[in-house]
Amino acid sequence: MSNCVTIAARDFVELIRFPERAVAISLAQWDSLLRVAKHTNLIGRLAEGVICKGIHQNLPPKVRTHLDSAYVLTTHQREAIGWELRHISKALKNVDTDIVVLKGAAYVLRGSSAAQGRLFGDVDVLVARTALNNTEAALMVHGWTAGQHDPYDQKFYRQWMHEIPPMTNRARGTVIDVHHNILPTIARNCPNVDLLLAASQPVPNTIFRTFCATDMVIHSATHLFHESELQNGLRDLFDLDSLLTEFSVASTDFWIELADRAALLRLELPVYLALRLTKAIIGTSVPGQVLAKLESSMQPVSRRIKALEAIYLRALMPDHPGCGNHWSTTLARGAVFLRGHFLRMPPTLLSWHLSRKLVIRLFRNTSRST
Amino acid sequence: MSRPFRRVADLSLAELRQHLRAGSFALQTGSLTSRIRSGLPDVARSIHVLYGNHAFEIAPDFSDFHVEVRQPRNLRRWIRRQVEFLIDGERPFEPLPRDQAPAFLEWGLNWCIAASCHQWITIHAACLERDGLAIVLPAPPGSGKSTLCAALSHRGWRLLSDELALLDPKTLLAHALARPINLKNASIELIRAFEPDSVWGPETYDTAKGRVTHLRPPLDSVNRMLQPARPAWIVFPRYEAGAPPLLTPRSKAQTFIHFTQNSFNYGPLGRSGFDTCARLISQCDCYDFSYSKLDDAVEVFDWLSGQLPAGTV
Repeated sequence: MSNCVTIAARDFVELIRFPERAVAISLAQWDSLLRVAKHTNLIGRLAEGVICKGIHQNLPPKVRTHLDSAYVLTTHQREAIGWELRHISKALKNVDTDIVVLKGAAYVLRGSSAAQGRLFGDVDVLVARTALNNTEAALMVHGWTAGQHDPYDQKFYRQWMHEIPPMTNRARGTVIDVHHNILPTIARNCPNVDLLLAASQPVPNTIFRTFCATDMVIHSATHLFHESELQNGLRDLFDLDSLLTEFSVASTDFWIELADRAALLRLELPVYLALRLTKAIIGTSVPGQVLAKLESSMQPVSRRIKALEAIYLRALMPDHPGCGNHWSTTLARGAVFLRGHFLRMPPTLLSWHLSRKLVIRLFRNTSRST
Repeated sequence: MSRPFRRVADLSLAELRQHLRAGSFALQTGSLTSRIRSGLPDVARSIHVLYGNHAFEIAPDFSDFHVEVRQPRNLRRWIRRQVEFLIDGERPFEPLPRDQAPAFLEWGLNWCIAASCHQWITIHAACLERDGLAIVLPAPPGSGKSTLCAALSHRGWRLLSDELALLDPKTLLAHALARPINLKNASIELIRAFEPDSVWGPETYDTAKGRVTHLRPPLDSVNRMLQPARPAWIVFPRYEAGAPPLLTPRSKAQTFIHFTQNSFNYGPLGRSGFDTCARLISQCDCYDFSYSKLDDAVEVFDWLSGQLPAGTV
């Protein structure tokens, strides 16, 4: 926006890492910074950081108000996820299958610092494909509905994707995504989900399980590097940083196990990219051996992988006018968009899917909208 | 306000359009600053009329919200024309038909407050003040809340807000926005007849709500928009064709239930939201009010303002 002070993407990342630097920021810089933080979904992390360091009293009152509001929201969302999981356990307690909670809700269950200051969308769970029907039926009995999906959407989800259409709870308006894999079944490198389920671990005093430490990282990395839109990319990278730091402190074997596990699941590339990029962008301490191990199992690291890394290095930066909207980020985001779709679907299917979307968009909301 | 400031009406329409197009125009409503960008002439005209009395700044260091109303950057710019509302480059809503741009700005700004201002407990309610005491009128759409609010704001009550009551959990004071009043369908003619000198924004047809327009807030309410007021009454209004004016006391417990149902952030505020509502309701007198004629309603509210509520002694 014209005559606004922009903040360098690097400085923004540094501030999220070291919230104590917030005291040196001018009001005009905050104007951009808060918007970048909201846009990247990192405002909660920033707010918790600033409040934990006890420096938010030293910030301009207007800024404090926005950070306090974000803090209210993230605190509430963490509680709300716990509450929602209680409802889900009530609904699914008689379904005879392992229920693995994924992503944000799993971080809350495990008490990970990745859950701190995080804004949550839906609850994601994973069950074996054979248990999908029973899980869906149990949720329906307990007030979740699949909403209105036309036959194409149904086919899109059930035949091609790794999840069934999102289900919304009628009373609370909350959404649950039920998955049966971590990548679409028609994706090129869809892993063997039985391996992930077999290694999952129960969460004490609940009916739920989460992935084991290595698989949590692998899932987060796979998700990030198969996504076609990276608006939450930087946030996801900070999640990875939290997980990597926590797990490597908890177990000295973690790094080697991670490399072995990535090779077994044939997901070395996303894990490699995740480690390289958390290291480059956030400064996560990743041992050289683990990178070398991943490189060796991917054969010589090709130019293609180097190029991918360079693209993501730009694409993971905030794409917001407050950060100066660098043209290279826009360009890199475009490349990631294409790549994400390409990885998800074969090209003919993809072109059909995208043209259908375009036509629908052209005729939607003509006279009124609800 | 102590320091001199410029009002939007001090700008020519051409100057305002230029600032809006450049994205440097920042509007002051209550304690909030909204930086607005729009190249659309009808949006500029609407702001010029509806916010004529409001203070503004050009490219201030800090604004609470950065919003934009623009035509989409796709085919819908030309075919079956649409308009979209952006906050920080995000689109929280589906686009609307092109002619609803000015109303879209109003709804969008409401959304900004309801979605992100958790320094207050926000209630879907009209709020007005007289002699330092505020009345809160929470109500679902269709209950005649805005119509009543428009009438009272021209008969001795100061408008704090027509859509959003902003209540501070620490002080329990109601804060003002002094934004335009949104009126629909038959209410428009009713208020035009009730207050012939009132100033109006453009009318929009065929929205999800029917025919809508906005009424410029009275000058005094804008001049005093930084003064909060202490809530003393909570009244649930209901328009009923042909009904005599009837003010009936309502239990505090029942008030609590309906009051919190009309809140946008009662859930997120958690315990603080509960405590705030409980303390607030215990200091207020609570009523239901059904009416059909605005003059009757004004008389009843005049009487009410003469009664010292129980909690004020």
